Amino acid sequence: MDNHKMVYREEAFELLVDLETALLELEETPEDEELIGRVFRSLHTIKGSGAMFGYEDVAAFTHEIEAVYEQVRDGRLTVARDLVSLSLSACDLIRKMVAEEDLDTTHAAEMMGRFREFLPEGAATDRPGDAAAPFTPLRTRTYRIRFHPHPGLFAAGANPALIIDEIRGLGDCEVVAHFQDVPPLDELDPEACRLSWDLILQTDRGENAIRDAFIFVADTSDLEIQAMDAGPNPKDGPTDFRRIGEILLERGDITPEALDDALSEQARELAVDRRAERRISEIGVVSSIRVPADKLDTLVNLVGELVTVQANLSRKGGMSDDPELLAISEEVERLITSLRENAMSLRMLPIGSTFQKFRRLVRDLAEELGKEAAMTTSGADTELDKTVIDQLNDPLVHIIRNEIDHGIEPPHVREALGKPRQGTIHLSAAHSGAKVLIRISGDGAGLDTDAIRARAIERNLIPPDMELEEDELHNLIFSPGFSTAKRVTDVSGRGVGMDVVKRRIEALHGKVEIESRRGQGAAITLSLPLTLAIIDGLLVRIGTTHFVLPLSAVEECLELNREEANQSRDRGMMRYRDRMIIYLGLREFFGIDGEPPAIERVVVSDIGGEKIGFGLDQVIGHHQTVIKPLGRIYRDIQGVSGATILGDGSVSLILDVHQIFQSMEGQGGKEDSAEKH
Amino acid sequence: MKETDAVETGQYLTFKIGEEIFALEVSQVREVLDMSRITRVPRAPDFMRGVINVRGSVVPVVDLRLKFGLTRTESTVDTRIVVMEINLDGESTVLGALADSVDEVIELEPAHIENPPRIGMRWRTEFIKGIGKRDDKFIILLDIDRVFSTDELALVADVESAGADIDLEAPSEFQPQPHQHKGAAEMIDR
Repeated sequence: MDNHKMVYREEAFELLVDLETALLELEETPEDEELIGRVFRSLHTIKGSGAMFGYEDVAAFTHEIEAVYEQVRDGRLTVARDLVSLSLSACDLIRKMVAEEDLDTTHAAEMMGRFREFLPEGAATDRPGDAAAPFTPLRTRTYRIRFHPHPGLFAAGANPALIIDEIRGLGDCEVVAHFQDVPPLDELDPEACRLSWDLILQTDRGENAIRDAFIFVADTSDLEIQAMDAGPNPKDGPTDFRRIGEILLERGDITPEALDDALSEQARELAVDRRAERRISEIGVVSSIRVPADKLDTLVNLVGELVTVQANLSRKGGMSDDPELLAISEEVERLITSLRENAMSLRMLPIGSTFQKFRRLVRDLAEELGKEAAMTTSGADTELDKTVIDQLNDPLVHIIRNEIDHGIEPPHVREALGKPRQGTIHLSAAHSGAKVLIRISGDGAGLDTDAIRARAIERNLIPPDMELEEDELHNLIFSPGFSTAKRVTDVSGRGVGMDVVKRRIEALHGKVEIESRRGQGAAITLSLPLTLAIIDGLLVRIGTTHFVLPLSAVEECLELNREEANQSRDRGMMRYRDRMIIYLGLREFFGIDGEPPAIERVVVSDIGGEKIGFGLDQVIGHHQTVIKPLGRIYRDIQGVSGATILGDGSVSLILDVHQIFQSMEGQGGKEDSAEKH
Repeated sequence: MKETDAVETGQYLTFKIGEEIFALEVSQVREVLDMSRITRVPRAPDFMRGVINVRGSVVPVVDLRLKFGLTRTESTVDTRIVVMEINLDGESTVLGALADSVDEVIELEPAHIENPPRIGMRWRTEFIKGIGKRDDKFIILLDIDRVFSTDELALVADVESAGADIDLEAPSEFQPQPHQHKGAAEMIDR
């Protein structure tokens, strides 16, 4: 049962996200019936499966909300901002209930009370499962329902008796149970369901209500629902038979107007039914399987190992004179390449789900700060590795908070500036080569460079007389301990924002860039690698040791002759395009013995706007790098972020240039390096 | 050797460091590998010799000789890497340890295992679970989890300097002193 609970939990969390999205969209277009339907369905599913899996509190609580949205669906209530707000906090509460956190029951009761206020007198009910608010009566129809559960029904946690009770609640109902499949007692497996039922139901609730009752057993049973008095299909064209309406008309029992009314109603119902059918069949087509993430990780790891083995095979194949071996190795290489792409794509998720969460954030924050802001998105279907998405959440929250708190002006200020009252934050994602660009832009005030300057001087980040370019000033907001908020709000301004964002993104081998135009808005662009399991690397050599530098950190490769290299080493600086930049000999840094070569290579990196040249012996070339962890005992080692296995089976270390830079700074090696010459 | 079935007999892998015989419970040993090329991790303590490729996984290798304050393990035909699974702060991790040679798998009954003596040992008693005796040889049963506990990793420098002046290559002079037995835990508390 625990397993089922977990499935329910996961599903409920997904439904809640969907519900929130629908609610937020509904706030903008309160009349959209499709959206109202979505809200209602999500609530209904949360309620129904909650009751089934023993979350009575969830079921009871959701029931109250559902009752309110029933009013909305039936057109008796329009969705207003207060209802959406209340519903959103209700989502939070349900989420807590499902997570089985300790919570204040009075809070839930109070919230239920507030939902009841939306209901007309006497419409509220206390019994979940019994939707008491009267429907706009549909025409009473008779349905024949054939319910044939699969033997595994009980294992899925469903109780057919409850379902049949629910159907009975819909109207006059005859139930016939079929026992013919039930085996003799000594062969009976009490855990297998061998019964089936035929139900004849007269109801005015429509076929959807019936389907709703069976919603949780749809996968584990065969279900047939047939309207017994279904009218002729208008599409069938003229028939030789006279229709019942015509007969009634001839006999004078009804007026032509009444006939037209009845016919059009019938046609409408048919259309609704068809739409529902189509939806059900669509669900059937887009089939997907839920797989635990760690299984996928194992798969990706195995593929990573295959890549390593294949590199070895290719090397051996290339060295041998055996054309057959070479052919096989090439074939394997081709297969593994496509296997790898496939395995990687399994872990790819559209970033849209993350974007949706921020809609809510924007709304809540704007409300809290007395501002008006809306979020728009584009490229929500851009796919990224799951691990990247997971680690992207906090940085994005920081950025969006900052934009709303510092960027978007209060409504009256915006109006005075001739901007629309409502600020807009646009989140976009797009592929760019092997990178994904995520851009967060707002039409707020942009960065206040004077304030940044003043703050940076106050915090001793720059000397008071230092001249800085606009974009250098902008980049100062990424410095540790920087915060320009005039007052500390609980939204942002604790000074832990942007430097953390930068660090996190760089830990993902990504980059952060900022553009800002005073008074017009700011945009932050994150460029991230598609995946973390395999990166593009530059294979380099120092002495006999090979290292891999992430290609994302490499800006340029240069050469220095012995004399230049020695000079650079002594001064810790080197000449690069008419300016001096920091130089660091990796041979010395890593304490590798041996004589440096006559011509030294330098790889230039850009670390937070600061250029730094790393001296090494040889640049070997591009290397598809499968990242392996170094093991726990090396976790405190600075400058190395992981390891990879080269084609010959030896292990090579992946350098973390940011850490190397930081540990240099820690040793006081920075000095006046930022100064231009 | 078997005297009674009433107590559980443990299986141990024995290996030599210098002249001393050490033993590890086989349940902690994953495999024994021939010496292979070790990639050094720069700026790590000396006893952390580097990493090797064990069928596609990167496994750290430590030099037990350095860890115990002896000279660095020289690579010979007998040198082996014992790949083991150890528990570091409640987390299981895989680690390779260099041994001068790996001998055999033996069975030891609890009756043949004694607590380590408090004095007269050149090995740090907190790393030792017990002393086994077999064919008149003493076998030191290592508490390998404790050897690599994170505190110990942090104390590496102390061990190295403390061990530096011991006469390293001399055969063990260890003598069991039965009347001074105390529980290992008590000694660690001291």
